[in-house]
Amino acid sequence: MNDAEIIPIGTRGRPGRGTGKGKPSNAARNLAGGARSAAKKAVEPKPPKQREPESMPEPETPDPVVPDEVAESPFGTSATSAKERHPLAGIPAGEWMTAFQQAAVETFGENWEPRLAQFLAFLRRRVTGDYTVDEYGFDAEVTERFFMAVLRPIANKWFRIEVRGTENVPETGGALVVSNHSGTIPVDGLMTMVTMHDRVGRPLRPLAADLVLRLPVVSSLARKGGATLACNEDAERMLRGGELVAVWPEGFKGIGKPFADRYKLQRFGRGGFVSAAIRTGVPIIPLSVVGAEEIYPLVGNIPALARLLGVPYIPITPFFPALGPLGLVPLPSKWILEFGEPIRTDELDEGAADDPMLVFNITDQVRESIQQSLYQLLMDRQGVFAR
Amino acid sequence: MGRRVVLVTGVSRDLGRKFARTIAADPSVDRVIGVDVVPPRGDIGDVSFIRADIRTPVIAKVLAKEDVDTVVHMSVIATPGSAGGRSTMKDLNVIGTMQLLAACQKAELVKHLVVKSTTTVYGASSRDPAMFTEEMGPKRQPRTGYAKDAAEVEGYVRGFARRRPDTRVVTLRCANVIGPDVQSPVASYFRMPVIPTALGFDPRLQFLHADDLLGALRHAVFTDAEGTFNIAGDGILMLSQALRRLGRPTVPMPSFAVSGFGSLIRQTRIADFSPEQLGFLTFGRGVDTTRMREEFGFQPQYTTDTAFTDFSSNMPAGTHLRAQAIERLERTLEGAGSQARRGQLSVVGETGRTR
Repeated sequence: MNDAEIIPIGTRGRPGRGTGKGKPSNAARNLAGGARSAAKKAVEPKPPKQREPESMPEPETPDPVVPDEVAESPFGTSATSAKERHPLAGIPAGEWMTAFQQAAVETFGENWEPRLAQFLAFLRRRVTGDYTVDEYGFDAEVTERFFMAVLRPIANKWFRIEVRGTENVPETGGALVVSNHSGTIPVDGLMTMVTMHDRVGRPLRPLAADLVLRLPVVSSLARKGGATLACNEDAERMLRGGELVAVWPEGFKGIGKPFADRYKLQRFGRGGFVSAAIRTGVPIIPLSVVGAEEIYPLVGNIPALARLLGVPYIPITPFFPALGPLGLVPLPSKWILEFGEPIRTDELDEGAADDPMLVFNITDQVRESIQQSLYQLLMDRQGVFAR
Repeated sequence: MGRRVVLVTGVSRDLGRKFARTIAADPSVDRVIGVDVVPPRGDIGDVSFIRADIRTPVIAKVLAKEDVDTVVHMSVIATPGSAGGRSTMKDLNVIGTMQLLAACQKAELVKHLVVKSTTTVYGASSRDPAMFTEEMGPKRQPRTGYAKDAAEVEGYVRGFARRRPDTRVVTLRCANVIGPDVQSPVASYFRMPVIPTALGFDPRLQFLHADDLLGALRHAVFTDAEGTFNIAGDGILMLSQALRRLGRPTVPMPSFAVSGFGSLIRQTRIADFSPEQLGFLTFGRGVDTTRMREEFGFQPQYTTDTAFTDFSSNMPAGTHLRAQAIERLERTLEGAGSQARRGQLSVVGETGRTR
């Protein structure tokens, strides 16, 4: 059976009679200046939409037909030019090029060409597995290029982190950063990592709870980001290896405490971090973080559900779970990070780590110094959401 | 001391046979006796094969008759595989070791015992330290399978070392062995056409090249060092990294599904998927090799990285879908870049004309 004959109705937007022939009438030709090229344009495929400048430049070559028109368009000077009638059809090649270049410059900076090549080389290395990780699974490349890039704006723009006392962090050699823990979700750990990376220039190696390493996705991200299990073996091994290790001895007692108890330090574990520092002779650097307490004000808990799921608590904040996923957006509190005076352990005797009294004393000393500077920082801070 | 007489158990399998041949070629070795329940499949060279079951007291007669002074025990098997069922495997591993050690205890001439154990004895869990040293144990005692067998074997070996203090006992805890023609659970895992992984987990893996395994065993026979040593290639490879290098398609599946899938695969005999391996492929494991280098005095020729490269060299090349996509992107961008440069000139020309 033959196909039905299609009789077009109207001109389908082209100038001309409704014959569907595409040949405009004389009158129509006079109406539209440069109408000939306009007619040609109308049958051309639409070029893809212009992209946002931030977005990755993709294999987006401008339509190869377009350059012909660049030569023609300057002569179409009539007020009712074809360009105005078909805004999408006729973006000149030159503008496509500038857009592409602007996008590239926006993403990669001034000398974008070598940097784009570098970026592609990076991508190629990633997909072929041609990179190395250290024995804890720390992937320096992806941490620097990806994790830090994602966290940096949050640290600088959202929490407006102010850092004090970076001179207390040694530039080389092992050191143990001991910090207070707060905020329902360990955002403070991530922020400390990005701060250390940007302000001190050393990767921070966090010691994570075993829950972190048990969860899917989280565990692989944590290991890639440089974390390892918070146990004495790993802590001592990392410190001996000259790494900058961070520990949050309050653990879940710290991040899961009710909002009413904010800035009250909880018990500092069993002081295992102190004996690890003594055994390896590295300094302990107290770190006080102000601001993390207010990001998710914890007002309630569902212990039964938490037990069922095997997690330490199910947080209830004024916005979560009431607002659903929107409640997961942290409140933009003002953060201050202060690194305190290092506490040296290299002058202690050989057996000091096995002296529980000494270990407890040092633990208390670290705890007191963090608590004091927390109070000081709270007085300094202009307000919870200060600029 | 005169020339050595070495008895090697488990010669029916590839690595045992290869090791027996290597050691037989050594000038300071007088004779090598290979023992197994089934005859070796390949060429065993100068090795004299004795068909004996180490689960029976026959082995004591072999030791006495042949004046053996060195016993290399490498017949602890990881999967039931060809042996039959799990109970046969356990018999071979545990009862075999007990009989062999009982025979060694009676044989006055035995002065050296080398046992090939495995890093599986450390287990694999989320609560593991990053790198196990020889003093550490598993976080949870294994209750089934190869890991339990290996732990029991090591226990009997320690007992033997206590009872025969004049004997030099070396236990080598070897990381997962891979090599171009190695048949092991982990090797067959990587040879699967589509590789299942545990969703959201990226374990750290450590490999030992088959050549290095033979080298380490050989070194253990001739060195004076004794004790327990971790044997593994340097460095770590993440599972995701290894799979990217292979370029094979992967199927991430939730960990509860992996265990069911694993038993399915085991039944269909596509690959030897063992429960220990599931843990290993979820949480990974790393062992510290400082003692191997400093006390045992052995330096493997292959790192984990190069061992894996060598292993994958004679496998059919993967599709590398993502790498191809990147290449295409690169080519198009190159074209666009050069066009952009030309475009810039034409823009300048255009503005010049209109003004």
